[in-house]
Amino acid sequence: MSRPYVLVAELTYRCPLRCAYCSNPTEVPDRPALATADWQRVLGEAGELGVVQVHFTGGEPLLRDDLEALVARAAELELYSNLITSGMPLTRERLAGLAAVGLCALQLSFQAARPGSSAAIAGVDAFAHKRQVAAWTRELELPLTVNVVLHRQNLDEVGAIIALAEELGAERLELANTQYLGWAHRNRAALMPDRAQLDAARAVVAAARARLRGRMELLFVLPDYHADRPRTCMNGWGERYVVVTPDGRAMPCHAAHILPLAFPDLRACSLASAWNDSDAFQRYRGTDYLREPCRSCDQREVDHGGCRCQAFLLTGDATAADPVCDLSPHHDLVVAARAAAADTAPPLTLRRLRLAR
Amino acid sequence: MTPLSADSRPRLARKARLRTDRLTGETLLLYPEHGLVLNASAAAIVRLCDGRSAGDIAAELAAPLADILDFLAALGDRGLVTT
Ligand code: SF4
Ligand code: SF4
Repeated sequence: MSRPYVLVAELTYRCPLRCAYCSNPTEVPDRPALATADWQRVLGEAGELGVVQVHFTGGEPLLRDDLEALVARAAELELYSNLITSGMPLTRERLAGLAAVGLCALQLSFQAARPGSSAAIAGVDAFAHKRQVAAWTRELELPLTVNVVLHRQNLDEVGAIIALAEELGAERLELANTQYLGWAHRNRAALMPDRAQLDAARAVVAAARARLRGRMELLFVLPDYHADRPRTCMNGWGERYVVVTPDGRAMPCHAAHILPLAFPDLRACSLASAWNDSDAFQRYRGTDYLREPCRSCDQREVDHGGCRCQAFLLTGDATAADPVCDLSPHHDLVVAARAAAADTAPPLTLRRLRLAR
Repeated sequence: MTPLSADSRPRLARKARLRTDRLTGETLLLYPEHGLVLNASAAAIVRLCDGRSAGDIAAELAAPLADILDFLAALGDRGLVTT
């Protein structure tokens, strides 16, 4: 039986930023947020189940004032805790407090290499504050990852983004091309890059990676719609990751809320029973559920037919091959989306601002 | 990282944490977004990355210095030890 290694704790969907590429659900369920004690129980159950890393994310996890208590609980359990944040709102004092209760690392999002282009994507002018947060992180000797979601509007800045991460003293830079789920799906035509733009960015990244070896790890997540074969989404459904939503649902992937599955409610069951016994986790575990062309394909055990959420979003069938695959009978949908993006660049729809529950 | 020698004094980087896996008892080296499962000899080397020299580590473990240096270089490429 597989075990989860990573718990993605989505503490809230609230966020002071409005990123047009946000993968949070566009409509949020009206259920109360998990209480501090529930999250602490979930962390304990995660540790027992085999989890060794926890990502505190959202939305913006800093908007929960019990974040310190949750980080402390993770430290007690020897879980490697990462705070995945926009840096808004954060003071040096609060960051020092989080480090003191055992936070292991911080991942800070930037939207672009410059204030103007950043504000156009995030809807908020947060650039200067983010630089400040990065400086505090270094002063407090916390490992810093800079994360930038790449798309048509910032791919040409990739060289400047790498220089920014170096200047900030990041130990890791994640350049993740947009996944077209949540708000990003709504903005797909405005976010999708063209091939030439991507190839140029990839060359810049490859050169920088060689230069930075041992100093800064550089991750470039290949863009989905431009690959011929799909990614192994989340290392397989229910294989290594477990996501818990702000209202306490356990899911195998942060985008899975779009699927017509009953995700286990952790107010009513343990994380172990969600992982081991629930229909939602078993449904797409392994490869048995796959149909043709995946069933007889030699890539089956490698990519598990790609992303279930993307298959469902584009074809209405979560057991289909991910249409990113050029063997999928629905691959024309991806080709058409690529072509549409190449000749139009509609304005961005920023994510709805969400500060209250 | 500068090339390693017997005089290098490797230390585990701030981002790396060692722990024992609850389910398997193996030694894990955790860092942002990753975890390595260390075999017994790798775990022994990493436990000694406390500022003593690579030569002392080799002597302490009665292991060939070249093996120790290769392993430390691989960790250095990942930014997991500093000298
Ligand atoms: S709006 Fe931006 S910062 Fe906020 S959760 Fe979405 S992607 Fe993250
Ligand atoms: S046919 Fe299915 S298993 Fe084969 S490469 Fe495409 S998505 Fe992967």
